[in-house]
Amino acid sequence: MPETAGKNDEIVIVENLKKYFPIKGGLFGRNQGDVKAVDGVSFRIKRGTTMGLVGESGCGKTTVGRTLLRLTDKTEGTVLFDGQDVHALGREELRKLRPRMQIIFQDPYSSLSPRLPVGEIIGEAVREHHIVPEAEYEAHLDRIMASCGLMPYHKDRYPHEFSGGQRQRICIARALALNPEFVVCDEPVSALDVSIQAQIINLLKDLQQEFGLTYLFISHDLSVVEHISDTIGVMYLGNLVEFGTKRRVFERPLHPYTVALFSAIPTPDPDVRMNRVILEGSIPSPANPPKGCKFHTRCNRCMERCKTEAPRQREVEPGHFVTCHLYNP
Amino acid sequence: MKRKAKNEGYISARESHRISRENRRVTSAMERARERRNVPPQEYASQMKNPDSIVEFDDLHTYFFTDIGTVKAVDGVSFSIPRGKTVGVVGESGCGKSVTSLSLMQLVQRPQGQIVSGAIRFDSEDGVVDIAKMPTEAMRRIRGKQISMVFQEPMTSLNPVFRIGMQVDEVIALHNHALSAEAVKQRTVEMLEMVGIANSQGVYRMYPHELSGGMRQRVMIAMALALSPRLIIADEPTTALDVTIQAQILDLLRHLKDQINSSIMLITHDLGVIAEMADYVVVMYSGRVVEKGTVHDVFKNPSHPYTIGLLNSKPALNREVSRLYSIPGKVPNPINMPDYCYFRDRCEMKTDQCICQYPPEYWISDTHTVNCYRYAPAGREDEPHA
Repeated sequence: MPETAGKNDEIVIVENLKKYFPIKGGLFGRNQGDVKAVDGVSFRIKRGTTMGLVGESGCGKTTVGRTLLRLTDKTEGTVLFDGQDVHALGREELRKLRPRMQIIFQDPYSSLSPRLPVGEIIGEAVREHHIVPEAEYEAHLDRIMASCGLMPYHKDRYPHEFSGGQRQRICIARALALNPEFVVCDEPVSALDVSIQAQIINLLKDLQQEFGLTYLFISHDLSVVEHISDTIGVMYLGNLVEFGTKRRVFERPLHPYTVALFSAIPTPDPDVRMNRVILEGSIPSPANPPKGCKFHTRCNRCMERCKTEAPRQREVEPGHFVTCHLYNP
Repeated sequence: MKRKAKNEGYISARESHRISRENRRVTSAMERARERRNVPPQEYASQMKNPDSIVEFDDLHTYFFTDIGTVKAVDGVSFSIPRGKTVGVVGESGCGKSVTSLSLMQLVQRPQGQIVSGAIRFDSEDGVVDIAKMPTEAMRRIRGKQISMVFQEPMTSLNPVFRIGMQVDEVIALHNHALSAEAVKQRTVEMLEMVGIANSQGVYRMYPHELSGGMRQRVMIAMALALSPRLIIADEPTTALDVTIQAQILDLLRHLKDQINSSIMLITHDLGVIAEMADYVVVMYSGRVVEKGTVHDVFKNPSHPYTIGLLNSKPALNREVSRLYSIPGKVPNPINMPDYCYFRDRCEMKTDQCICQYPPEYWISDTHTVNCYRYAPAGREDEPHA
């Protein structure tokens, strides 16, 4: 295992992470192949920054988030969290690590237990992990709820009494009550209205400053990702096709998929008529991905080479990685 | 034993029972009127105010009679959809945009949901009719054939136990009794091809679960367009889809609209989609229209504070801001609506005049209206005073 913590700058280091889900079938439930949900992803996240992960549904972005936290086991590769290999830890050590990395789920309607009052939802793990001494428990809860825009009297209410935006605040409070360092936000605003989205995004940004959090922000809404992220990774069918700082990726998208993805976003301005690159067809099945570059079936700049040979990730300019033959001499 | 402080939404069982009985009395009278048979067409015939419109909503009120009170989901909505144009309706969830469209289709959940007053004039194939007064029997001939709807959730709006072909066939056969089974199938396959499904013969025999979200939405569109309706209602047609698929579907809708020469009522909360698709925009808030105009009027000169807030709260690409604007407060409780402007409590531009009753419609230009006292013509005496 590599050197342990200290003051290392990169809180999360992911190297060649793979996650395959086996397809069981046939008479004896034999393995008939794999769904390659994540197929070799590498990136690093600096402490105190936000990495945005974008891509179409089914491209494996949620699986990346879950495997990062070891909510599912990896197939291959390593995940270092603050110098520790998350997937090599034993039960007790992993339990100690859990409060330091948290997740906010996509759907605030299904991720809260309908039978627990809000105070219990937020506080259960606090007691379990002995985050604060028992005497300070109530005060801690009040403080976290206040910073998430909830009132102390909300503690006795049940989730069904809250609107979507408030439920998402509860989810955020639940994650933050454990004083985490790293939070995976898995589409935290996709289920919300535009005006509520703005509130939640502002809240996430404020909390990041207040507590010095590091986020992995998973979303398919590029405008939201652009707003909140420092670095951006674009995923397609289990691969990270482009990765770099926000400025570089948005100002000069290099991968043909990123270009198409960016041009597909409707702009709230009737005068802007973009020359849109419309992608034909839909995303291929990850159980049986195309040979060579996985994007070649929909790519408008496909070359002969793309059909046979998978491209490798390459640093085109400092801090800007692309996986495409166009930029591979 | 005293309970803890009752919250404001609390009503006693006795009160609830009384409301429930009263509701039943009101709604069953309306139901009886609606379920009559052989109603003479003169009863629901009407006249268009503007012959260029395909649909005119005139002071529509659709209420839901619930056991805790009457929810005024649509409370005085008026706008029209010009022939061959796309009208976008925007607003947050719960603002009544879907209920407006469901009223037009007479698909509001009955018996609780009822069109209480107002008119929906529709220029049908056999003359102008008022859908608000139409009995169910007559409505069946319009629904699906002259007005059709593309629903929000392509994952749930197809029946999982029937093949795609059968579901599209049904729509066509129902309104064309004379067609043979062969001809119906041929038409279905044609429609599937028209919406860009390459393997149309194969898809005809598939079940919905075998298709992706984008493909299912195409099937929904094929079904909606199968009878070349005069008006297509698209209720959040792309909300459940990815951006790349969304671009494909919007492109398809725009293209097909011109091909069969119909109008679209596009309901969405995505301002980007509206800017791209619509010719006219209607902004709704808490069951009322707060601003309407051409797409340029509304996006270039947003006038109602709510529209301004909505436009500012959306992060736009290439527009760097350190903090997003968010509209303070929340939507008022639909059961106890205030008697002043519904947006006043959240408004950052409110003036002294805003304590008066709900603001009337003010014309800013020939095409642009807004319900806000900030645009009241100065020095006029007919302004209501508190």
